[in-house]
Amino acid sequence: MSYYFAIIGTQDNPLFEHEFGTSKQGGDGQARFSEHTRHLNQFILHSSLDIAEEAQWTTGQLYLKAIDKFFNNYVSCFVTAGNIKFLLLHQPLNPTAGAAAGTSSTRNSTSIAANPTSPQTEEAVKNFFNEVYENYVKAVMSPFYKLNMEIKSPVFRARVAAAGRKYL
Amino acid sequence: MAHMGTAGKPGGKESGGGLRYPTNGKTIYHRPLNRSRTSELSQASFAYLFSEMVAYAQKRVTGIQDLEKRLNVQGHPIGLKLLDLLLIREPARTQTRPLNIIALLHFIKGNVWQHLFGRQANEVQRSSNAETPDEYMIIDNEPVVNAYISVPREMSQLNCAAFVAGIVEGVCDGAAFPARVTAHTVGGKEDGEMWPGKTVFLVKFQPEVLEREALLGKG
Repeated sequence: MSYYFAIIGTQDNPLFEHEFGTSKQGGDGQARFSEHTRHLNQFILHSSLDIAEEAQWTTGQLYLKAIDKFFNNYVSCFVTAGNIKFLLLHQPLNPTAGAAAGTSSTRNSTSIAANPTSPQTEEAVKNFFNEVYENYVKAVMSPFYKLNMEIKSPVFRARVAAAGRKYL
Repeated sequence: MAHMGTAGKPGGKESGGGLRYPTNGKTIYHRPLNRSRTSELSQASFAYLFSEMVAYAQKRVTGIQDLEKRLNVQGHPIGLKLLDLLLIREPARTQTRPLNIIALLHFIKGNVWQHLFGRQANEVQRSSNAETPDEYMIIDNEPVVNAYISVPREMSQLNCAAFVAGIVEGVCDGAAFPARVTAHTVGGKEDGEMWPGKTVFLVKFQPEVLEREALLGKG
């Protein structure tokens, strides 16, 4: 499973992005997006913003679960109190890539990585978002940070990567 | 300059891009978000700081409205940031975004006031005037910010709680309920009034907020 995570500001402007792969089931934490579709990730993620903005008014929950699907890509969303959106695109290993990777895809068939809509995956993504949210609020608390500013801190990036390793 | 900087701090780690870490390695990300018990500030030092803020805002302004605007602008980013901070401090199961005006005003009256002033606001009211259904009022009988401020007679229009109005406006704007918030003194109009410093924060929501409210109410 490969993940692409982005934080989108209130003006639909990206504040932060990070690409990583699963660390569960012996994954090495590297993203395995195929080279010729990788650049589409940003489009797919941003195109789900409309759905996120509709879904955010139907529930007061911060975590909106998986809101969008585009072929083999699933988008999970989390909206903060200040209307900043956390979007996570997850792409399970597709069949052709799985065949190339040998037995790994069959071994993972019951894991988080293979089943993006299972309750376990939802829970894992929720934990990931909550941890990122905590760190995002800390970033916001900096007196030098203004709303909708890009988050450049390498410490923040390390924290997001750690949360990814921990839960996904 | 760069050379002097590194020489002055031999213990400091220097990474590429000119970013420096504190010598103890602790950044803002290492500090806890929940430390509300011991973080109270003395009112004297706050009053001193606030008087300087008013004095700063008063420089180069043309009138009272301009001054209130500047105080409002000083408070606005605080409101934007408080919104996320106070929500994350809520226990997980009540951690919800305010979806309607009532929930938002309740959040401001309760959580925001409690955090800022150690008590809740006194009242929240909807404007009784049928022509302005977009106006709501948050009432504070004696605003903490005005405790040591005596407004000169020729500036009787001024209410320095415009700063607090700015914070409230920041919270509303951040929660996607864009509004204009202004502070008005209503106490002391007639003698024998119990609260001479009574202040009304008039929250005027943008039309799109009411439009959405009506739509959500139907669905």
